[in-house]
Amino acid sequence: MKDVTFGQYYNATSFVHKMDARVKILLSIAYIVAVFLVKEFHFYGFLVAFLFIVLTTIFSKVPFFSVLRSVKGILFFVIFSAVLQIFFNTAGEVVFSWKFITITDGGLLKAGFIVCRIMMIVMGTALLTLTTTPVELADGIESLLSPLKLIKFPVHEFALIMSIALRFIPTLMEETDRIIKAQKARGADFESGNLIKRAKAMVPILIPLLVSSFRRADELADAMDARCYSGAKGRTKYKKQRITYRDIIGFLVLAGLIVGIVFLNGVL
Amino acid sequence: MQIVCKNLTFTYGKDKRIQVDAVKNLSLTIEEGEFFGIIGETGSGKSTFIQQLNGLIKPTTSDELKVGEFDLLDKKCDYKKLRSKVGMVFQYPEYQLFAESVFEDVAFGLKNFEKLNEKEIEEMVRSAIEIVGLDYEKIKDKSPFDLSGGQKRRVAIAGVLVTKPEVLILDEPASGLDPEGKEQLLELLHKIHNSFVKTIIMVSHDMNMVVEHCTKIALFNKGEIYSTGKPFVVFEKLDNLEKVGLEQPLTGYLKKELEKKKVSVDTDLTVDDFVEKIVEKIKK
Repeated sequence: MKDVTFGQYYNATSFVHKMDARVKILLSIAYIVAVFLVKEFHFYGFLVAFLFIVLTTIFSKVPFFSVLRSVKGILFFVIFSAVLQIFFNTAGEVVFSWKFITITDGGLLKAGFIVCRIMMIVMGTALLTLTTTPVELADGIESLLSPLKLIKFPVHEFALIMSIALRFIPTLMEETDRIIKAQKARGADFESGNLIKRAKAMVPILIPLLVSSFRRADELADAMDARCYSGAKGRTKYKKQRITYRDIIGFLVLAGLIVGIVFLNGVL
Repeated sequence: MQIVCKNLTFTYGKDKRIQVDAVKNLSLTIEEGEFFGIIGETGSGKSTFIQQLNGLIKPTTSDELKVGEFDLLDKKCDYKKLRSKVGMVFQYPEYQLFAESVFEDVAFGLKNFEKLNEKEIEEMVRSAIEIVGLDYEKIKDKSPFDLSGGQKRRVAIAGVLVTKPEVLILDEPASGLDPEGKEQLLELLHKIHNSFVKTIIMVSHDMNMVVEHCTKIALFNKGEIYSTGKPFVVFEKLDNLEKVGLEQPLTGYLKKELEKKKVSVDTDLTVDDFVEKIVEKIKK
């Protein structure tokens, strides 16, 4: 339960941490596009992307280990898609065949390619959440979505919901842990039995969790009311986001990445 | 059941750089029949320690950890049976209620631990609900979420008592209760202590409660035992309880103030005894 790194902010003062959250979000999207630009089997493109990740990690003072750990969460997904490619892709020449299993070199290449692509994307986006606090992130998204206000989309409320959800993940994890222990102490068994039995065993955890979530939501609403919260209207920000030279450098480096990938696509 | 724990260490976090020893080299023996208090500031390892006692978390290293005949370091230890003998009431136990009716909720533990017929279950649930001072007929079909805060807590405690545990562990059982609720809760604890529950272990921040009710206490500080013994002995020895994040019970303060005025009172710090000794002094 405690191993979840999702949205885990690494506290430090660095070049990347000081960048504007909006710029970082945009750059992350551009980065994902860049990774998708890598033409099939041009693995050098990934090398450039990896270089970019290493460079950004160094300038963000985040231990490289933390960046790597972000892959752990989707490891199953990575293996699953690789296995699918290896066993069911029939492109290219057969390199191994046994009964109904045939493995082709095309399938292997494609598997490697997909694994690289997913890992590059996850590591790149992990850098965003590692260097940006959830609050900055929500503010950034709010600011980026603000054009939607024209069509009466409640951007501020949307951002608020998001940051509250993020804020309560650790709290709910702790709560879950406690309820599991309390029910275990009363002899609840979550590990044995068939699927239906195990699903039923979740009821004594989920109901108290749901009840306390509603209670928390109620309390939070009261606390916000008590401090005169009334939505976006007339609300100012404690920290104004500003574009600085760092963001311009960020843009340039990412532009360099895209140019590099496109160049390698053509050459090799 | 006697509880023996030798050199127990528990470390949070697998990652070496962020590891914290919640409990360090802790050795403690709790005899059967004790009303044992565990005190200490927040983060001193009290909760971590008590959770070891029914196998909810396992020690990182330990030389011995035995609860009665159960050896918790043995891989073959029957945790289910252990947990039916060692009841655990967490802080704010009312947050663990989930069933549609009070009856179902109280019966939950019973059904998990033993195979019993309907009649036996009903009988044991009835006696558990009655022992916590609630009216069985009136309350058994109600939803636990419709009860008052105090009633919810009683139902939750009944859900632990229903298996008739020999050891009862309570983490801050009185937090959030009003003075009357506290009084009733302690009355309940003494009542069950004199029947099937042999040993009570209670974690508390309320020094007055501890000194009034516990036969023995252990003072935790930063994951280690600072001192242990009869409550008044522990409080007596400590001139500077603030250093370990605690305060004297009221009678303790009074005693120290009197000592400043050159009046020494030889008391075990319970209110009754304190008053008696003072009255004796005045009469002389």
